[in-house]
Amino acid sequence: MSEVSADQIKVDRTKMTVSDTDVAVEINGMNKWYGDFHVLKDINLKVMKGERIVIAGPSGSGKSTLIRCINRLEEHQQGEIIVDGIELTNDLKRIDEVRREVGMVFQHFNLFPHLTIMENCTLAPMWVRGIPKAEAEATAMEYLEKVKIPEQADKFPGQLSGGQQQRVAIARSLCMNPNIMLFDEPTSALDPEMIKEVLEVMVNLAETGMTMLCVTHEMGFARQVANRVIFMDQGQIIEQNDPDNFFDNPQHERTKLFLSQILH
Amino acid sequence: MTDTSFAYVRNEMLGEQPAPSTSKGLVGWLRQNLFSDIPNSIMTIVGILFLAWFLPPIFNFLVTHAVFPWSVDNTVEACRTEEAGACWIYVVDRFNFFIYGFYPSESYWRVNICFLLGIVTLVPLLWPDLPHKGLSAIGFFVVMPVATFFLLNGGVFGLTEVPTEKWGGLTITLIIATVGIVASLPIGIVLALGRRSHMPFVKYVCIAFIELWRAVPLITVLFMASIMLPLFLPEGTTIDKLLRALVGVSLFSAAYMAEVVRGGLQALPKGQYEAADALGLNYFKAMYLVILPQALKHVIPGIVNSFISLFKDTSLVSIVGLFDLLNTVQATTAQVEWKSPHQATTGYLFAAAMFWVFCFGMSRYSMYMERRLNTGHKE
Repeated sequence: MSEVSADQIKVDRTKMTVSDTDVAVEINGMNKWYGDFHVLKDINLKVMKGERIVIAGPSGSGKSTLIRCINRLEEHQQGEIIVDGIELTNDLKRIDEVRREVGMVFQHFNLFPHLTIMENCTLAPMWVRGIPKAEAEATAMEYLEKVKIPEQADKFPGQLSGGQQQRVAIARSLCMNPNIMLFDEPTSALDPEMIKEVLEVMVNLAETGMTMLCVTHEMGFARQVANRVIFMDQGQIIEQNDPDNFFDNPQHERTKLFLSQILH
Repeated sequence: MTDTSFAYVRNEMLGEQPAPSTSKGLVGWLRQNLFSDIPNSIMTIVGILFLAWFLPPIFNFLVTHAVFPWSVDNTVEACRTEEAGACWIYVVDRFNFFIYGFYPSESYWRVNICFLLGIVTLVPLLWPDLPHKGLSAIGFFVVMPVATFFLLNGGVFGLTEVPTEKWGGLTITLIIATVGIVASLPIGIVLALGRRSHMPFVKYVCIAFIELWRAVPLITVLFMASIMLPLFLPEGTTIDKLLRALVGVSLFSAAYMAEVVRGGLQALPKGQYEAADALGLNYFKAMYLVILPQALKHVIPGIVNSFISLFKDTSLVSIVGLFDLLNTVQATTAQVEWKSPHQATTGYLFAAAMFWVFCFGMSRYSMYMERRLNTGHKE
């Protein structure tokens, strides 16, 4: 909830270009229920290639559910979701196709504790993409270097700190060479010192031009990196704007209240 | 003006000193573990008194007063004297029967080769540091069973045919236990996964199977298999008695195994399933690579518990007329030529010792694997 962390990170926006024509994710009139509970109401969202979107909102507003719908960890009941040109339906083949191209980083890292860091990173490339072991390991090493922990490759997740584990989780997703990255509160389970190291990695990733959708409370990151901030409440998108306008000139009452409570 | 009366700077660092003698060595250990306080000291003394009262008579029975083949008087008469202990010479005399049952003695070598084959193929599979696990698995799960069947059953390559009715003793105990263990784990895993399936048909078939088999005593299963099953089959069809017992024991243990495995699956955090899904692994790959390795590791104690109880339950096949280890022992406890006061006791002690060796071995191995697979918090 602090604006401190990301402000200390230098952001190079030169490569963060947003495509005018290529759509990464398109959501039209999407509704979702948990039983009788209407969690997501008439969601319409179009994400262009290269966009960095931060989704903010109070807890229970449906923001995690929304991004979990994008790789079908949650099923929607109405409307359409098109990811990378593929519409998500009950067709398992298409779901796997989408998941191959969409990376996801979780709040609790969800590394596989029985595998080493290297094995965590090579598992999906080898078994899903069929990449030979040596090549998968070379790619994994490349990404582990990018997240600055190549020396931990042979350790097990349980031996790493939370921040290191989250960086491994990011590297693991990147090893699949995804087109879109989803972040579900990636820093919420971390100590303040570790938040910074994870945000740095996310900023570096944004600088490569990756399409990113981040559910996060790091408003500093949102202001610096995002090109669009989406505010959700009660399962609906209430306001979206570019970060400067969003933070300095919020329109909706709920947004104003939210911002007044988290920004000091 | 500063008040520095509390200020202190250490000028000299202290060297290391040896620990006091009361905290190390034998005295230290005794004080810490056996006599740390009054209740502990009382427990220690009571324990020592109990052992002093309990152990010598047992030792006398098993060793000092027992009759061994190398005893001065090693005839059955020695076992019949008043102070005689265990009659080991009877066990030695009947040893072949306990191991091979009614298997023809001129063909014992065939059984011995099977035992040897079992050990030779099992060791590389269980020894974690040896490479070529795939090859070892083929050896143990394919080569060994096929070879064992043809060797024991005969009828090919000029070997005389020995029907399963003649198999017996430890041989049959090990056959049933091995087949039961090897079959019940994979079937149990499939049932456990099926029970958690989202497809109602699969789910309810698995639940029905598990609940049906778990709710019936093994003896009933064996009885049904050997007495009732033939009634339903067309006249003239016979299914081998041993085969029926094998199927019964395997399916029975599989139902238990399924519930043990399900416990492990449920203990895994949802995040593991989601991470596997999010990486694009399909159901089977996710289970094989991510979920089952962790779930099975969590329930090693439960799995081995089932294995051990299966191993001991093999003695129930005596109820359908198969001569397993316990049944062969029992059959000789009343033999007149060895008639002596402790004949039966000695026989049962031997059977118990054999069971114990195998079960304890499994238990130790599982503890070793648990330690080895623990990647959670190791340094």
